[in-house]
Amino acid sequence: MIRGKPDEDEYWNSSKFKAFTFDDEDDDFTRLKESKRAVNSIRSLVEEEDEEDDVEKVSWSGEPVGSISWSVKETASSIRSTGEVRDQSFPKINTAPSLPKNSSGYSLSSLFKGKAKTGSFQSFSESFGETSIRNYAPELRKPKSEYKDYVSDWTPEETVKRMQQGKVYSLEKFRSLQDKLLLLDEAVNAHDGNVITAVLIYLKKSLSKENLFRELITREIALRHYIHFLKEIEEQKLLVELFKSLDRTEDMALMQYRDHLNIRDENKRRDFLKSCLSLPFSPDDATHVQDHYTLLERQIIIEANDKQVESSGQADIFKKYPRKASILNMPIITTLYYSCFYHYGESDGTYSSPANIRKTFRISDKQFLLTCLGARAKLKAWFDVDALFTTKNWLGYTKKRSPIGFHRIVDILQKNNAPVQVLQEYVNLVEDAEQKISLAQKYKCHDVIINTYRDLKDRQQLIVYRGKVERGSSEYRKIEEILSNSQIRWKN
Amino acid sequence: MSAHLSYGRVNLNILREAARKELREFLDKCAGSKAIVWDEYLTGPFGLIAQYSLLKEHEVEKMFTLKGGRLPAADVKNIIFFVRPRLELMDIIAENVISEDKMHSPRDFHILFVPRRSMLCEQRLKEQGVLGSLINIDEYILDLIPYDGDLLSMESEGAFRECYLESDQTSLYHTAKGLMTLQALYGTIPQIFGKGECARHVANMMLRMKREFAGSQTQILPVFDSLLLLDRNIDLLTPLATQLTYEDNLRGLCRFVYGVLDLCYVKLPPEKFAAQKKQVEVGKDLPTEPKKMQLNSAEELYAEIRDKNFNAIGAALSKKAKIISAAFEERHNAKTVGEIKQFVSQLPHMQAARSSLANHTSIAELIKDITKRLLLILVDRGKWIFSLFLSHSDSASEAFFDNLTVEQEFMTGVDTDKVNTYIEDCIAQKDPLIKILRLVCMQSVCNNGLKQKILDYYKREILQTYGYEHMLTLNNLEKTGLLKPQTSTRNNYPTIRKTLKLWMEDANEQNPNDISYVYSGYAPLSIRLTQVLARPGWRSIEEVLKMLPGPHFEERQQLPAGLHKKRQQGENRTTLVFFLGGVTYAEIAALRFLSQMEDGGTEYIIATTKLINGTSWIKSLMDRPEAP
Repeated sequence: MIRGKPDEDEYWNSSKFKAFTFDDEDDDFTRLKESKRAVNSIRSLVEEEDEEDDVEKVSWSGEPVGSISWSVKETASSIRSTGEVRDQSFPKINTAPSLPKNSSGYSLSSLFKGKAKTGSFQSFSESFGETSIRNYAPELRKPKSEYKDYVSDWTPEETVKRMQQGKVYSLEKFRSLQDKLLLLDEAVNAHDGNVITAVLIYLKKSLSKENLFRELITREIALRHYIHFLKEIEEQKLLVELFKSLDRTEDMALMQYRDHLNIRDENKRRDFLKSCLSLPFSPDDATHVQDHYTLLERQIIIEANDKQVESSGQADIFKKYPRKASILNMPIITTLYYSCFYHYGESDGTYSSPANIRKTFRISDKQFLLTCLGARAKLKAWFDVDALFTTKNWLGYTKKRSPIGFHRIVDILQKNNAPVQVLQEYVNLVEDAEQKISLAQKYKCHDVIINTYRDLKDRQQLIVYRGKVERGSSEYRKIEEILSNSQIRWKN
Repeated sequence: MSAHLSYGRVNLNILREAARKELREFLDKCAGSKAIVWDEYLTGPFGLIAQYSLLKEHEVEKMFTLKGGRLPAADVKNIIFFVRPRLELMDIIAENVISEDKMHSPRDFHILFVPRRSMLCEQRLKEQGVLGSLINIDEYILDLIPYDGDLLSMESEGAFRECYLESDQTSLYHTAKGLMTLQALYGTIPQIFGKGECARHVANMMLRMKREFAGSQTQILPVFDSLLLLDRNIDLLTPLATQLTYEDNLRGLCRFVYGVLDLCYVKLPPEKFAAQKKQVEVGKDLPTEPKKMQLNSAEELYAEIRDKNFNAIGAALSKKAKIISAAFEERHNAKTVGEIKQFVSQLPHMQAARSSLANHTSIAELIKDITKRLLLILVDRGKWIFSLFLSHSDSASEAFFDNLTVEQEFMTGVDTDKVNTYIEDCIAQKDPLIKILRLVCMQSVCNNGLKQKILDYYKREILQTYGYEHMLTLNNLEKTGLLKPQTSTRNNYPTIRKTLKLWMEDANEQNPNDISYVYSGYAPLSIRLTQVLARPGWRSIEEVLKMLPGPHFEERQQLPAGLHKKRQQGENRTTLVFFLGGVTYAEIAALRFLSQMEDGGTEYIIATTKLINGTSWIKSLMDRPEAP
């Protein structure tokens, strides 16, 4: 295949590299191009020079050229472009309404049946009357009178088999409850979900729900399919009744609760959640739903209030940091953050105060601290940050304490661009010396590093570090000073 | 495109051909010009069966994506909807049909349901008043789609949720049907093994179907020696773990960057390939479109490296690079015309190899760019220490390794009965919910359930941070057993781990000698069961099998006289392993590894309801993750 000098392009043109050819036959790529031109005859997205490339051709949308998904877009877009272009590639078919549509020479019904088509467009549905037509759900399409001929004596077994094979069948002849149940059991035995569902559709129509529920209780598989079916068609009410009669009250409660997701309006959603409170949830879930309701109720109050305050321009905090989004439907931790951001220092009695939220929603110490810290650090309220950790013992000494390791605190502060002075203080509180040094190095807290090495009496490290700081800087001088201190008994 | 399907032990191209034939037959039934309206989800799976050229040959002139409103104009005789049997799609079809201007463009409507028609959908069409306007409703049974030379998937997204959460066994019926089709093409499978409720159910249906078709026995020499049916819920741990093979990473990366991945291709940003292209084709324009690479064994290098642990990729690529440059150097030694001729004749292949290598090197770098991970994993007295060639400031890689460390701690049973501070921290940082759920579920699975107090704590933290509505998702996870309170005081995971050797201290990623390389130490439970079944047999692990949910069983299917295979000395057995509820790429890699073992004695073909990873899997169990 290769003639002449080994020119790069030639190799690719020779298409030896089958790995990336997309099509099944050898010459399919060429064929693909032809057919593509024929179909859309618009500018090819594939540049000639790229065709010898080793990777798959990709259109702008990223689909491989020639793939089905690509062609979907391609053919569709060609239509939306000018009609002129289209006319070049397709013989225009006259679509005048008066013309019979089988101008192609094929009769319509020959498609599936081989039966001569009887007439025009309007008779499509009639053609379904033919028993020989492969017809899946005849009772959905045909007048009853039409199938008296074959509503003969198919047993449940035969009927189910016919349904599975896609043949004509009828369910109407199963009239008595017993017959219907036999049919259902037979469908269940066949394991074909589609057939089971079809039978259930019929039973739902023809039996009272009390009867149907009662029978389903003893038929586990049919019951599952029935539940799935009701979910699919979104018959919420019936499903709730079913769960109730099955004594599956928790499922019922959850399902009803789930509905709140469909309610957009916050007041309606709140009222709906309130109505959920009395549902028979498990004890845990009941607490969560109660919290959910309380939260939304508060959010509505806070939102209305803050919106008003913000627009009136009364509070500086809203002027300085305009709210980016409404607080409605946000998780509780986000709400707490919001509260720590906009409502810090409010008295415990208000709905929007951090302390009140913390108490009402039983937020853990860790979560509260992290959230609060994040909000106050964001505002660069370092004094508030400081206060968060300061505790007084009974002797009146203050000490910094945290339910979370101070290294985490440092990370959070650093992410909020805390100045070195602030960072330093918390780096110092990290207990593990190694971790302390690595954090101090990361955030350039020279003092911490120098002091730590001094305390470790590690002269070597201190000398190394002197090489890293700027000559003549205050850090440099400090190191010099320590190194020349004869009081220190160096370990190395 | 299909050549790679026939290289393997079992020629899966036969299956593909059968599917193509059926498609042609259907298209020919609708005589005249046609337009196909696609349920977009189906274009991927169909792409594995046929190209546009095939459709074109059968008078398909236009293709559209299914969407509401009016259909675009097209001068065709037939409009065919290719759809999954889903109610919401029926509503769209009804809208299309109703808004069709019958006076001006009378066109015939057809529906092709894939993979099954549905009475429920037909009922909906009837309610919408359009059933009568449909000329034909048919089904295209596409149960098992050949993905690769050794891989079949049903691409049934909801299978796990349906089977284990909603107890809807329809997908199992389709599985049984698919296996019957397979047996019709490749002969009756003499032995069926299985573990789990769903496996039992599928086997029962298969045996029943076989009895029903007793008259029409296929006279084909059996290709498969045995079938192993495995429930996903016997091994919930494996999909939860972070995937470490190259294939996983590549696909994960694409999902990460582009959100979606269409089946067998990856799309790569052009700028990553610019530099390398420049060297090859000086003066040419840089590519401006994303590159798409085919991901199956048709790509030679990819087939070689995809199942490797990511940590071994660098070495594999550089080894390949050496071979290729050595081959290029050969030209200096070519003296005679004959030698030059021979060299030249090999050039195209070498060019291809070089270019493919360049692509994969770029990809590997890209993966490193994003995950910022690598390189050495050392074992130090049972505790895993990752020594990184990365600076401390690199928080992305730290997070990745922290995550991996926690996963490995869980897998080895370290502190699984306590609240894990890493999980706590991740929640506090509002990391993606799916990540949190994966980790919490993993801890639960590795501890055979969490203490009530711990479970409650996690649940409260999750609900407070991510919203109370996730109560629904947590409930789903509990129902499927992924998350559960400890019922007995006995945690049997350590016993399972020890008996099945799920944790290997000295996993060798570069030159693997055990399947545990796929997770850098953890050997997937599902694959260990497969391995033990082949040798020495499940009898040796009865105790462990009893600890896993569902029955285990063995069935034999009678072969027609004369079809009994006479195995040659040293000939390998062929086993089809079917994962009900999904399989991960890591498990596929592990099975491929077993197939290639010299003294393995068994080659594996893999089938599944869906190819999954931890994220897609957990997502399928979430209750409306997209809810407002």
